[in-house]
Amino acid sequence: MPVQIAMRIRYSVVIAAPLAALVAAPALAADLAVKVEIPRLQVAEYHRPYVALWLEGKGQKFVRNLSVWYDLKLKDNEGTKWLKDMRQWWRKSGRELDMPVDGLSGATRAPGEHALGFAAGKQPLGELPAGDYQLVVEVAREVGGRELLKIPFQWPPASPQALHAKGQHELGVVALELKP
Amino acid sequence: MKCTCGWRAALLVLGLAVAIPQAALAHRAWLLPSATVLSGEDPWVTVDAAISNDLFYFEHHPLRLDGLQVVGPDAAAVTPENSSTGRYRSTFDVRLSRAGTYRIAVVGDMLLASYKLEGETKRLRGDAASIRKELPADARGVQVTRNQSRVEAFVTVGKPTDEVLKAVGSGLEMVPVTHPNDLFVGDVARFRFLLDGKPAAGVEVSVIPGGIRYRDQLAEMKLVTDAAGIVGIDWPNPGMYWLSASTGAGRGNAGPAGTFEKPARRTVYSATLEVLPQ
Repeated sequence: MPVQIAMRIRYSVVIAAPLAALVAAPALAADLAVKVEIPRLQVAEYHRPYVALWLEGKGQKFVRNLSVWYDLKLKDNEGTKWLKDMRQWWRKSGRELDMPVDGLSGATRAPGEHALGFAAGKQPLGELPAGDYQLVVEVAREVGGRELLKIPFQWPPASPQALHAKGQHELGVVALELKP
Repeated sequence: MKCTCGWRAALLVLGLAVAIPQAALAHRAWLLPSATVLSGEDPWVTVDAAISNDLFYFEHHPLRLDGLQVVGPDAAAVTPENSSTGRYRSTFDVRLSRAGTYRIAVVGDMLLASYKLEGETKRLRGDAASIRKELPADARGVQVTRNQSRVEAFVTVGKPTDEVLKAVGSGLEMVPVTHPNDLFVGDVARFRFLLDGKPAAGVEVSVIPGGIRYRDQLAEMKLVTDAAGIVGIDWPNPGMYWLSASTGAGRGNAGPAGTFEKPARRTVYSATLEVLPQ
C-alpha cells in the first residue's frame, strides 16, 4: 500500500495520517466505531479542547449523547463553566444534564487519534430505532476556536460502512465505521 | 428618534419631586450582561448599565440603579453586588447561585407634572404627594403624565426556566414566546407585548444590533405588533441586540392633558437580547 503522507499545513494544523489507515481493521469490535483526530496546533497557549459527540435524528432532533470530554480535574467541578462553549451540544442536551455523567463524561484528550466504540444494546448507544441519523462532533478550545462536524448515516447498516468528515481548524478527520 | 424622556424618570430616585434640568434628548438606555448563557456551578455575571447614543458603547450617562430589580428562577429577589455608578456607566454583579433564568431590570414609575408660572413652563417629577407639595399655589395649566420605564436583560444558567418570564401587568412589557436565552441566527424569535397586562397591538418595535460605531448604517429592524401583540424577529447576524418600544405621548407632543387623578400615560420598554451563531 503506497504511503501517502499528506502534509497540509494550514493555520498550523498538521493532518498526517492517510485516510486509508483510518478505515483499516477496527481496533474495537463494536457496532459503531468513531475515530476523532485532535489536531496538533502550533499556538502560544494550548489547551486540550472540549469535545462532545452525539447523535441526531430527523430534523436535527437530539437522540443520544455518546461522549463528552471536558476538564474533569479542576476542583469544585469548575470545568463545567466552559461546557456552554460547545454551544450546539449545550442547547440540544448539555444544559439539561448535571455533569459529570457516568459513562458519558471523560477527560480532555491530547492531540492525536482517539478511537471510541459503541455497541448496540449497551449504554450509551442503547437500542437505536431504524432510521436516518447524524453523528455530530463539536469542539471548543480555550483561547481557540470552535468547530462542528456532521456525518449522516443510516441505522442499522445493511453492510459495513466507512464514512468520514474533515475539519478545517479545530478538528482533523472524524471517521465513522458501522458494522451490521 | 422618539422622545425618550422616560429615561430621565429612570435616573431619579422614586418619591422625590425634582425640577428637570435641560438635558439632551433621544438616547438609548440599556443593560449589557457579560454573558447570557452560562454553564457551571455558581457562576456570576457583571452587567453594565448606561444611557448612550451608540450601542453598546458607554459614552454619555450612567443608568442609575435605584430601580434595579433582579429576580431569580424561583421568583425570589436576588441582591446585586459590587454596584457602582461611574461617569458613563453603572456596573453591578449578580451571583447566579441557582440554575434557571434570571430577569434583571431597571424599573421606573413616576409622575411628571408640567405647569405654567409667570409665563414659563416648569416641570416636576415624583409621586403625587411630593409633587403636590412642591407645586406653587399660582401654577397654571397643570398637566400630569405618568412615566413608566423598564430596561431589562435575561440571563440563564443551565436549563432555561419560565418563572421570571411571567407578565408583571403594569406598563408596557415584553413577555417572551421564544425564550430570550435561546436565540440563534436562523431561528425566528417571537415576543409578545402587553400594556397593563393586555396584548398591545399596533405597537412599533425597534430592533438594533450592537456595534454601531463600526458601521455606516443603523441596520434597524422596524416591526409592528400584531393583534395578539406579537412580533417575529429573524436575526440577520449573531450578537447583542437592543429591542425597544413605547406607547403614549412624547415630550413636546400635544397629547391629551392628564390630571393627578387620571394622568396621561407614557410607557417605554427596552431589552438587550443576545443572539448566538448556530
